Amino acid sequence: MFMPVAELTGPASYVGWGIFTISIPNLIMVSLLVGLFVLALVLPFPGGKGDETGDQQ
Amino acid sequence: MTTDIEEFKPTTWTGKLRKTAQKELPYEKLLPENQPSYVASWIYVFGVATIAALAMVIASGTILTFRGPSWWHTSSIGHFINSLHYWAVQLFFLFMVVHMWGKFWMAAWRGNRARTWITGVVSFMVSIGAGLTGYLVQTNFDSQWIAFEAKDGINAGGVGSLFNPTDFGQMLMMHVFLLPGAIAILVIVHVIYVRLRGVVPPIDAALVEERIQSIQGADQ
Repeated sequence: MFMPVAELTGPASYVGWGIFTISIPNLIMVSLLVGLFVLALVLPFPGGKGDETGDQQ
Repeated sequence: MTTDIEEFKPTTWTGKLRKTAQKELPYEKLLPENQPSYVASWIYVFGVATIAALAMVIASGTILTFRGPSWWHTSSIGHFINSLHYWAVQLFFLFMVVHMWGKFWMAAWRGNRARTWITGVVSFMVSIGAGLTGYLVQTNFDSQWIAFEAKDGINAGGVGSLFNPTDFGQMLMMHVFLLPGAIAILVIVHVIYVRLRGVVPPIDAALVEERIQSIQGADQ
């Protein structure tokens, strides 16, 4: 049997600042999305070779 | 070939459709080998990543339909295929959201691409419906809980007479046929619009392309 990395049967833990409250799983997902988006913008694309004339063929 | 299309005078709707398709979307435009240089960026990868995840969702979902609506709880292969379906859905939404953010901040509706943007947004909304109905047909306590929470929201939205989250049969039929069919059609139309109008350039692409061409010109 595999041990789950997190407690999956109980309610989620929450964090909050003032009126803003979010569950840890949702916070992880939002951070993952934002992180992925930023990385997609800044990381160089390997072996990027396009049609350098700018034309779509 | 081009001359042939222009000279062709169709008299039937099939002929007219063929002429329009050949003129507007020739094979080299439908299945291009090259893309503009600005497409060599990770942000342009998330559209096709979404489609790849959707293919995995449909493939694993198709396998789940074979032996009825709860067999995946009682066998190892069932657990595996069910997990594959679940995680493919997570990736599908993850890639789709990043794809949407990228296109939103790029104002991807520029250059006569409004229909591309709209079909994408509608696909996203229909996918949320498919996701909800998926959670409703897990056949476990989780799905029962979600159904009885969702019915209040659906009723508050005024469409409770049309969509009843506690009606397992309706939710299952919507999840395995109606909504995936709608998503498939929307995605096909979306991709055809991408091919028709081309991949949207970044807002400053004209400047970059000009610079590349001037460098190339200086090298020659």
